[in-house]
Amino acid sequence: MTERGATVLYDVPGPRTRLRNNALTLAFGVVLLLVAFFVWTKFDEKGQWDGKLWQPFLRADTWTELILPGLLNTLVAAALAAVLALLFGAVFGIARLSDHRWVRIPAAVVVEAFRAVPVLMLIFFAQYGGSLAGLVVTEFTAVVFGLTVYNGSVLAEIVRAGILAVPRGQAEAGYAIGLRKNQVMRVILLPQAVTAMMPAIVSQLVVLLKDTALGFVVAYADLLNAGARVVPANYANLIPSVIVIAVVYIAINLALGYLAAWLERRSRRSRKVTADPAAAEQAGGEVAFVR
Amino acid sequence: MEAVVDELPVILGAFWLTVKLTVVSGLISLVWGIALAAMRVSPLPVLRGAGALYVNVLRNTPLTLIIVFCGLGLGTVMDVQFSDNLSLNSFWLSIIGLSAYTSAFVCEVVRAGINTVPLGQAEAARAIGLTFLQTLRLVILPQAVRTVIAPLGSLLNALVKNTTVAAAIGVMEAALRMKNLFDAHGDAIIPIFLGFAAGFVVLTLPLNLLSGRLARRLAVVR
Repeated sequence: MTERGATVLYDVPGPRTRLRNNALTLAFGVVLLLVAFFVWTKFDEKGQWDGKLWQPFLRADTWTELILPGLLNTLVAAALAAVLALLFGAVFGIARLSDHRWVRIPAAVVVEAFRAVPVLMLIFFAQYGGSLAGLVVTEFTAVVFGLTVYNGSVLAEIVRAGILAVPRGQAEAGYAIGLRKNQVMRVILLPQAVTAMMPAIVSQLVVLLKDTALGFVVAYADLLNAGARVVPANYANLIPSVIVIAVVYIAINLALGYLAAWLERRSRRSRKVTADPAAAEQAGGEVAFVR
Repeated sequence: MEAVVDELPVILGAFWLTVKLTVVSGLISLVWGIALAAMRVSPLPVLRGAGALYVNVLRNTPLTLIIVFCGLGLGTVMDVQFSDNLSLNSFWLSIIGLSAYTSAFVCEVVRAGINTVPLGQAEAARAIGLTFLQTLRLVILPQAVRTVIAPLGSLLNALVKNTTVAAAIGVMEAALRMKNLFDAHGDAIIPIFLGFAAGFVVLTLPLNLLSGRLARRLAVVR
């Protein structure tokens, strides 16, 4: 993509352009270095590069006592919410394709409504609404609830688009050999749709993992809580700590991102699938990859 | 129900703040995102590398972390002050966070749009002697931006919802205001929630319709 995008815009440079590009590279390099230097000195003025603040991250107990439990909580919440959201998405995505209006319309209303509401509001609502109903809602439950219904609704759209992307002939052929509706869905459509949806699903799961950080607002003991509350409370090193935590998040998300890209390449190559992965991608698509 | 009617001015005030957050950070991230996209397609490896680094770091960091970094890190530790008024100060700090995050996505969308412009357009532009920046500004970007209006609309839509994350540093936008009203009116949680949810539907639905219509009207015929 980058290579093509790049060649659209400029030719292979001749000797004069090469000279000019070198000069510009030098100029912009200096500008970027100046920006970096400015940021560095600003942080330095406040003593943020002081070894004392970074040293806790070289000790094992900071990690085992403070950070890794937070990471574990983040991963547990993300894993549970992912499983529940996949179930939610499968049920409502298929329900939206139902032949019965009384199934299709309520499913559509639920999916559209939850997609429109911010996750944070759903988390607050789970906390207060749950206790109104007499339930004990822990921060964990509230976070998992919010992530499940929001991401489940987005996944429902991905599932629906994935199933619709399987060519009609596939279902028709199924009916022609005498399969029932649920057999056609189960044996013909879903297996092909799932392969096509895989990249979109994984990108949505990255979104879900990132959103577990919202648990910070309701004081769920997740990775962000460890980095922005627990570690700074011990060592008064908020900025170093947040930077270290950000690196952990970036590493996990990049790994998941590469998984999504690999799955996409694989399903493009696969000949067994007739559905187009791009179609499913676009459904959750634009909204999905931001949030 | 009465709770919602009684508190209507407060609720509308909270949504007004949500709208302000959205508009200001939306405009900043549009400009900064297009600049980043220009960097990422430029002939200079230095700029391409810097742009790619920025986008990959910001896109893979949770928004809550970025906003907390802006609010507590920049605001409290680094003592970045935009205003003596505490709430106005956290408003601007959260704008920094929202714009920094959203611009990474704007960059990727615009770059995808640049890739849809046919090769011949840029070749023709070069053939009549336009420079790289002229080609980008006069030929490529006008076509690229038009093809990505619908995705940009979805981004704006997501931004409306993302502004609620500013609650993490105490900006009294819709989500945090809703929590406060929950505390004040423990008996009216469901009406209040439905009221706020309706508010978000009212904000996002016209955006979707408008961006869909604009995308169709401005579509480049090829």
